[in-house]
Amino acid sequence: MNRKNTVLRVENLRKSYGRNVVLKDVSLEICEGETKVIIGPSGTGKSTLLSCINRLTEPDSGKIWLENAEITQKNVVSMRQKIGFVFQDFNLFNHLNALDNVRIALLKVQKVPREVATRIALEELDRVGLSDKAELYPSQLSGGQKQRVAIARALAMKPKLMLFDEPTSALDPELIGEVLGVMIDLAKNGMTMLVVTHEMGFARAVADEIIFMEKGVVVEKGPPQKLFSSPEKERTRQFLNKLTELYGEEKKQ
Amino acid sequence: MKGTLVTIELTALGLSLGLVIALPLAFGQVYGGRVARIFCSLYERVFRSIPLIVLLFLIFYGFPEIGIRFAPLTACVLGLGLRSAAYQSQIFRGAILSVGRGQTLAALSLGMKRLEVFVHIVLPQALRFSLAPWANEFTIVLKDSSLAYALGVVELLRQGSYIIATTYEPMAIFLTCAAIYLLLTLSANKILHFLEKRLQIPGFETRGISH
Repeated sequence: MNRKNTVLRVENLRKSYGRNVVLKDVSLEICEGETKVIIGPSGTGKSTLLSCINRLTEPDSGKIWLENAEITQKNVVSMRQKIGFVFQDFNLFNHLNALDNVRIALLKVQKVPREVATRIALEELDRVGLSDKAELYPSQLSGGQKQRVAIARALAMKPKLMLFDEPTSALDPELIGEVLGVMIDLAKNGMTMLVVTHEMGFARAVADEIIFMEKGVVVEKGPPQKLFSSPEKERTRQFLNKLTELYGEEKKQ
Repeated sequence: MKGTLVTIELTALGLSLGLVIALPLAFGQVYGGRVARIFCSLYERVFRSIPLIVLLFLIFYGFPEIGIRFAPLTACVLGLGLRSAAYQSQIFRGAILSVGRGQTLAALSLGMKRLEVFVHIVLPQALRFSLAPWANEFTIVLKDSSLAYALGVVELLRQGSYIIATTYEPMAIFLTCAAIYLLLTLSANKILHFLEKRLQIPGFETRGISH
């Protein structure tokens, strides 16, 4: 791996809810342009990890750096602007049409002039293939379209890093492809991405590294080929086998 | 009839007072700490449980005993407003809560501050959600303003009874009063419904079918 700038560094992140420890000293690093995929059984803290990175959840201890700047509670508003977050259930603003969903943070947070914001928003909608849906409201869009608007909304802020929290889990099987397509394009165009997903096709296609988490710890990580063909841990193999059983079509690819 | 104007005045002032009290109450219930939440829900329980007429008597006849005297009209506005606040706070609380938490998270993730999230994301949606139940609350306050009769405020109903005293035609006069209430309610609802339609956005249909 060529040594590029580290975009994100997470060190010994810990988080517990009451007595339930969700993250136990999780550390990871992502360099510029890399895509890393986190997999693991549900309830292992994958989503908590992502929301800790964005401080939507406050970690108990541990440090997070974005390009050499530590993310703390104090600078959280400016740091969040540099991190795009895509949620499992889209979370579009229901009272705004697609264009305004993408544009609102530019206008209200970055105070960009209206024409500029509109231009950027339309570019991003175009990038996710929805420039013709700019006037439609969330209730008039399909799940896949909603998620693509949500991606455009995050991209409009020109983030250094994109976090995806199971972006296709709430979608009908037929709509998953269009969202993954957008994400694959993004990855290939050099966006730095941390993705929680079980879409192994996506992981194989663009992931630089797969991180397997269970019960709040990183069990194993490595390039997809290695993890799929010769994982070091028995547990990793079991889990990947389960996934391949479920998403059978990837077996021969 | 001058009484009609007083009725409108009572309704408008009572509703506005209710609105002014209800907004912070709803806010406190949704976003407040423990103390604020307990206080707000206590307020709501108390004022929803006392019959309006008792509340009015308390304010008008009870308070002078501790040295606070209100004009009849003021007392009525207070009574109507304090009680309406309890109901309106519930309308707003429900409306704020019906804007999913996910949208708040999304707005935060884009770098909005808490207040910005509320102003740009939560409030515009909550207001739309609360419009229909608010129209309902409006009619209740309008009709209950007739209880001001008991404190001697010359509103629609008392004016009617004055006329009856001279004309001895209770049927005709009370029917007229009823008709005026009906007319007021209908036109107010018409206006609010118009407003609702003006603000309507796909996905926010609060009524089954919009005409």
